[in-house]
Amino acid sequence: MPVPDDTLEPPLQLYAARKDVFPKAVNGFFRRLKWQIMAATLAIYYITPWIRWDRGPYAPDQAVLVDLANRRFYMFGLEIWPHEFYYVAGMLVMAGIGLFLVTSAVGRAWCGYACPQTVWTDLFQHVERWVDGDRNAQFRLKDSPWNGTKIRKRLTKWGIWLFISFWTGGAWIMYFADAPTLTVDFWQGEAHYIAYATVGILTAITFIFGGFMREQVCIYMCPWPRIQTAMMDEKSLMVTYKDWRGEKRGSVKKALKNPGEFGDCIDCNQCVAVCPTGIDIREGPQIGCITCALCIDACDTVMEQTGRPRGLIDYITEEDAEREQKGEKARASWKMLLRPRTMAYFTVWASIGVAMLFAVGNRSRLDLSVQQDRSPAYVQLANGDVRNSFTVKLRNMENRPRDVVVSVSGLPGASIWSESVPRRDGQTSITATVPADSVGKLNLFVVAPREGGADEAFTITATGADAEAGDSGATDSDTFTFKRPER
Amino acid sequence: MAENIRTDEATGTQTVGHEWDGIEELNTPLPRWWLWTFYATVFWSIVYVILYPAWPLVNSATAGVLGWSSRGDVEQQLAAREAELAPIHEALVAADINSLVANAELRNTAIQGGQSAYKVHCVQCHGADAAGLGGYPNLNDDDWLWGGDLEAIEYTLIHGIRNPDHPETRFSQMPAFGADGLLNDAEIGDVASYVRLLSGEEQASAASQRGATLFANNCAVCHGGDGKGNRELGAPNLTDAISLYGTDREALTETIYYSRNGVMPRWGQRLDPATIRMLAVYVHSLGGGEVAPAAAEDQAPDAAETASAVPPDDGKAGDASS
Ligand code: SF4
Ligand code: SF4
Repeated sequence: MPVPDDTLEPPLQLYAARKDVFPKAVNGFFRRLKWQIMAATLAIYYITPWIRWDRGPYAPDQAVLVDLANRRFYMFGLEIWPHEFYYVAGMLVMAGIGLFLVTSAVGRAWCGYACPQTVWTDLFQHVERWVDGDRNAQFRLKDSPWNGTKIRKRLTKWGIWLFISFWTGGAWIMYFADAPTLTVDFWQGEAHYIAYATVGILTAITFIFGGFMREQVCIYMCPWPRIQTAMMDEKSLMVTYKDWRGEKRGSVKKALKNPGEFGDCIDCNQCVAVCPTGIDIREGPQIGCITCALCIDACDTVMEQTGRPRGLIDYITEEDAEREQKGEKARASWKMLLRPRTMAYFTVWASIGVAMLFAVGNRSRLDLSVQQDRSPAYVQLANGDVRNSFTVKLRNMENRPRDVVVSVSGLPGASIWSESVPRRDGQTSITATVPADSVGKLNLFVVAPREGGADEAFTITATGADAEAGDSGATDSDTFTFKRPER
Repeated sequence: MAENIRTDEATGTQTVGHEWDGIEELNTPLPRWWLWTFYATVFWSIVYVILYPAWPLVNSATAGVLGWSSRGDVEQQLAAREAELAPIHEALVAADINSLVANAELRNTAIQGGQSAYKVHCVQCHGADAAGLGGYPNLNDDDWLWGGDLEAIEYTLIHGIRNPDHPETRFSQMPAFGADGLLNDAEIGDVASYVRLLSGEEQASAASQRGATLFANNCAVCHGGDGKGNRELGAPNLTDAISLYGTDREALTETIYYSRNGVMPRWGQRLDPATIRMLAVYVHSLGGGEVAPAAAEDQAPDAAETASAVPPDDGKAGDASS
């Protein structure tokens, strides 16, 4: 057997092994901004389900509730029925276009500040720093053998992570049921098993994504950066290292000794140390950069300490970068926001919003839908009249029971009745009480004389008639054909 | 073949020993996760075969030590469903049939249960749309041979019509006027003319005049002097627009000549009282149901004016597809 040749190169590896990223604590304007946004987004997420909203006795009093069992979506004053799902679709479209708008204006700002992956990773990294110490201590701990301290610290860290993860998963299910009731049920072991499964899955996902996968999610799993790279252009803001100013790198001492030879970057690596995705921004724009601007904070601190102007790493558009390189003045940032592309996105985004607001403001909370019984299409009655049957559904979308008048018009000699309103000659309208927030079903019988065309058009109308409750008199109607036997 | 096995230099892996046109295959071992998954599935299949019915035999299959079977499963579910419905079925039977419809829950259960029972037992004659056809009454209309209130319908269902060997069955017999030689062909033609005059399908004529006398002597005893029929006897109303066997001359002549004696099975011996009750309510709800004379008196005179609550749509309140 030939001896394996050890001069051969090792087989090609397609994936780089993950290097641990232990970002260093940093302070500065963007860090503070990140704190504020983190506090706000987390607060919105955890607190929203607990906000109450009085909708009267017939509807839940939770401000934001996805009621899957009853197929309702409540959002403060808005109540959405399944057939109105286009509002939700509209909101999703708005969210999508909103991302386009943000990206074309300020690059990956969503990724850097508001993306849940970023927010929770940031939170977990703070916990990690709090337990294990800052960057260097974390590296030391990682390399140290498994002794008591390390085990204790690891268990503490994972314990806190797990607690946060559990709380995160727990907050999620609160959006789908009455939060206080569900909490009690949950702890008494009486909640639906799906609630426990959801909490379990989301706990695991938060724990793994926030604690261990972190930047891997941003770089390898998330499709969004790939789309964004295609959406950004020379007019989008992004975090840029001004290499024309920074290169060539050299320490303060070297620069003092050789004036004019070195740029402003002192190669202190602070920008790399603070980066949550572990990249070196000095290598140019790259997909791993989530534009969190922590490197700007870090470098600005260094620049201040060395007495150099801030902004070696800066938020800047490519256009302005070129301009600055040529020694021209950069333009005011509002000008970068007001350009045709962002305006176009904004116009589309805003029109959808306005259209939806208009639609919501004008939607009718009474809906009539009628199905004509086709089998049999008509029934001949003893006195010679002809009867057609209809299944009428009355959607009362208001949170109170309502009286609804169902009437027919345009059919000479017609009279109607239903199983709950007895037959009477000449009766062309009947009143039905539809329970709050539900669909009432009515079997409507329509009788007309034998004389008339084989297919005669007429109209069925439903009108809200609850005068006591100040019913607006919402009306919905539709046209049908009255079937008669052929002569 | 074994002598061809050699170690590939570039990878340090053995080849399988085959060679095709100079192409060799590396004997790369299967990934361990794959192997373990494979072993796990093998193990699972063995456990499955032991626990569940799996191995086909000539006429049956192995039973499996758990004793589970899909048929048993269905039977269990059916039994569970029956147990679940038992209270409401008891309530249905216990209630007075005329007041039962006032209870929305009982009423809805009855209509839904009746509808499914109808689809099993009644469609064969009365049709899927309950509209009947030539001799099988239309259950949607308001014309009833034996009465159309809930009690009458239930009685018909329980005892059937012209059911042999059953004393309480609804029974009537029209003489076969032609076949039995009670009337001659000309007389039958005259009676037919008169009956068609009654239902407004023919103008008065000499024939119908003669028919009127024959009718008064032979038919009025059951159908009444005015031809309006008699529900006690199941004699149809001849003056209305509905006729079970048709009012054209040919059909009418055949009816008078041979007479007609439709038969309906007696469901009382085949279906349980709850199902029959549900069927009665369902048929009554089709649009022609009548109010029993006694019950009608009880009803408040302004019942029609009161707003009535409509039943919710089968619990599918938010149905978007309606
Ligand atoms: S390079 Fe700077 S802006 Fe980009 S992710 Fe790293 S720290 Fe954030
Ligand atoms: S923090 Fe600033 S000075 Fe330090 S290495 Fe990064 S770019 Fe250079």
